[in-house]
Amino acid sequence: MTSMSLKKGANRKSAYDLKNPLNEQIETHTLAVLVDNEAGVLARVIGLFSGRGYNIDSLTVAETDAEGHRSRITIVTTGTAGVIEQIKAQLALIIPVYKVNDLTVEGASVEREMALLKVAGKGEKRVEAMRLADIFRANVVDSTLESFVFEITGTPEKIEAFTDLMRPLGLVDTARTGVAALARGLA
Amino acid sequence: MSAELTGAEIVIEALKEQGVDTVFGYPGGAVLPIYDMLFQQNKIRHILVRHEQGATHAAEGYARSTGKPGVVLVTSGPGATNAVTGMTDALMDSIPMVVLSGQVPTFMIGNDAFQEADTVGITRPCSKHNWLVKDTETLAETIHQAFHIATSGRPGPVLVDIPKDVQFASAPYKTRAKSPTGHYNPRVKGDLDEITRAVEAFERAERPVIYSGGGVINSGVASSQMLRELVAATNAPITSTLMGLGAYPASGENWLGMLGMHGTEEANLAMHDCDFMLCVGARFDDRITGRTDAFSPGSFKVHIDIDPSSINKIIHVDVPIIGDVGHVLEDFLKVWKARGRKTNAPAIKKWWGQINEWRARNCLNFRNSDKLIKPQHALQRLEALTKGMDRYITTEVGQHQMWAAQYLGFENPNRFMTSGGLGTMGYGLPASIGVQVAHPESLVINIAGDASFLMNMQEMGTAVQFNLPVKQFILNNERLGMVRQWQQLLHGERYSHSWSESLPDFVKLAEAFGAKGILVDDPADLDEAIKEMLAYDGPVIMDCVVEKHENCFPMIPSGKAHNEMIFADGETEGAIDAEGKTRV
Repeated sequence: MTSMSLKKGANRKSAYDLKNPLNEQIETHTLAVLVDNEAGVLARVIGLFSGRGYNIDSLTVAETDAEGHRSRITIVTTGTAGVIEQIKAQLALIIPVYKVNDLTVEGASVEREMALLKVAGKGEKRVEAMRLADIFRANVVDSTLESFVFEITGTPEKIEAFTDLMRPLGLVDTARTGVAALARGLA
Repeated sequence: MSAELTGAEIVIEALKEQGVDTVFGYPGGAVLPIYDMLFQQNKIRHILVRHEQGATHAAEGYARSTGKPGVVLVTSGPGATNAVTGMTDALMDSIPMVVLSGQVPTFMIGNDAFQEADTVGITRPCSKHNWLVKDTETLAETIHQAFHIATSGRPGPVLVDIPKDVQFASAPYKTRAKSPTGHYNPRVKGDLDEITRAVEAFERAERPVIYSGGGVINSGVASSQMLRELVAATNAPITSTLMGLGAYPASGENWLGMLGMHGTEEANLAMHDCDFMLCVGARFDDRITGRTDAFSPGSFKVHIDIDPSSINKIIHVDVPIIGDVGHVLEDFLKVWKARGRKTNAPAIKKWWGQINEWRARNCLNFRNSDKLIKPQHALQRLEALTKGMDRYITTEVGQHQMWAAQYLGFENPNRFMTSGGLGTMGYGLPASIGVQVAHPESLVINIAGDASFLMNMQEMGTAVQFNLPVKQFILNNERLGMVRQWQQLLHGERYSHSWSESLPDFVKLAEAFGAKGILVDDPADLDEAIKEMLAYDGPVIMDCVVEKHENCFPMIPSGKAHNEMIFADGETEGAIDAEGKTRV
């Protein structure tokens, strides 16, 4: 393997990187996938991503139309423009998939994520955590004398910023829901 | 029909309604109720294979040679897992196939019951779709939907997993007409604006080439006719992938031979130098393109494909047309005729001058021998002695497969069955059985290598049991020929485990199965041996002992472009660089 001249951007850990010799820009897209809520449908979607070497940054799924047995899967994924197009085309091939919407390119959309953060601390650190939570409009959903659980809703960037601030203040655990997204307006 | 049927009866009824005349299968505990119903009827013929992989490849041979879906019936657990290779093969080559598998009863699922496997989980990535039927009420509609999905759009394998209690329970039978098809309804008509753009570019083209693939054959015989009409009317040169052989006749004037890794020089250079490429039902597979960033650098590319995910997957095209090849070609011809049947005839004539120069180099030439049988020569003699016969060819995978594609001529679609995408050794013998079942009066020959043949040789038992006179034409080099060739070219002639030290005596093997065996190792006896094989009314294993170290040329080394081929008499030392080595 040592004498092999590996393409730029490739590494020894990942064979998939060899697929993309062109130094194309990596984009992040939010996809909304409407599916029949039948057994195994999530496994089909996830299997597509793992089988073809695509990335999943976040994924949320729940039934959104109980009568019609439809679920909505929101996937945040990264890849070159060509890979994103492939992901959409491959998703559309899955039989229980009704519709694939790329919220990143199909007009404006809103994205929200919820996170729970457990922060342990005493004294000044505890006060500071409380103060920052207020600025970020995070709610306290559980409290002991030595800990808080904050609930925060917002874009993934906002949640990351809040998480970064909590880290030195005694962040113990984080749970994130992943992104839910909808197109703005009547689109 | 309001009377209730058992699940097993529903299976048989649904198969009958779908027009199924043949099922390839193997019984076992979890499908016994269905086998019991098979026993009590005589409309559907069951071909008992010797291994479930054989059933899937036989179904592929049946499907590929008839255009109808192949049907497979297997039991739970190992029955289903043995079907996985054939399903993956069918998925890669877009072969319509319906696999029915037994499953442990619903109340035992998840308990690691005897012969339990997560069949829908295992076959999810190797099927177009699959279902676990938990209720007899939905069994009929699921089977009807399975046929719909397997055969429409880009065809492929589907699997219906049927627990044993669902086979015993009763429910009313739902006819095909009353079964919901779901929202799956792939588009067959191409966009007219795109087709017009393609025609405009075609009219101006100075150096056009048509590159056709398996999609033309899947689309039906009429599509091959339209392709032929297009070629004849425009005088465009045409080449094809392995899967597309026969759509345009090998004897046709505009035929360049197969393209790709072991394609002809004229086909590959025409692809490289063309200024207009019409890709019809092919998918720019890596065996075709070679190095993608050097693939046909100066051409305007049009891609007709029924699968939207094939578009721009590997090669960026200028005009994508999503639709069924037959519908799109029909519209393409209509538009082209309506616009006055224009072509750039003088330029195309000049282009042919160039192509004929390449052709004259006769890249398939090889040094023949009067001492040893050259595999290419054996195939040339087979071709000569079977010319004009009602002939179907299957192959295994390896050097012999490429030689078959190079040296046999395919005049019609559905006559060449081979494992293209997956490259499954062991495909050819069971596939030949499936073809022979569908065409009992025709000549069916499997071109095999000694190593591939051994992978599913148990199916000789099937051939003998059902009086299927399949001819197994083994080009025996006592090697894993293609592996050996790559080791010679890429790995310093270190032949790691690419030879068979204890091959069976193929004549005795044939006789042990109750078939006929013929051995030939002298070029002088070759014709007589082939005639003897053809004349025998029953299955034959022909052990054709050939030159052991023959290489398959021309060859585009991995990681190289179409204009960087290596030839039989060329220098092969260092032909493949380190980067090429990492590829397959």
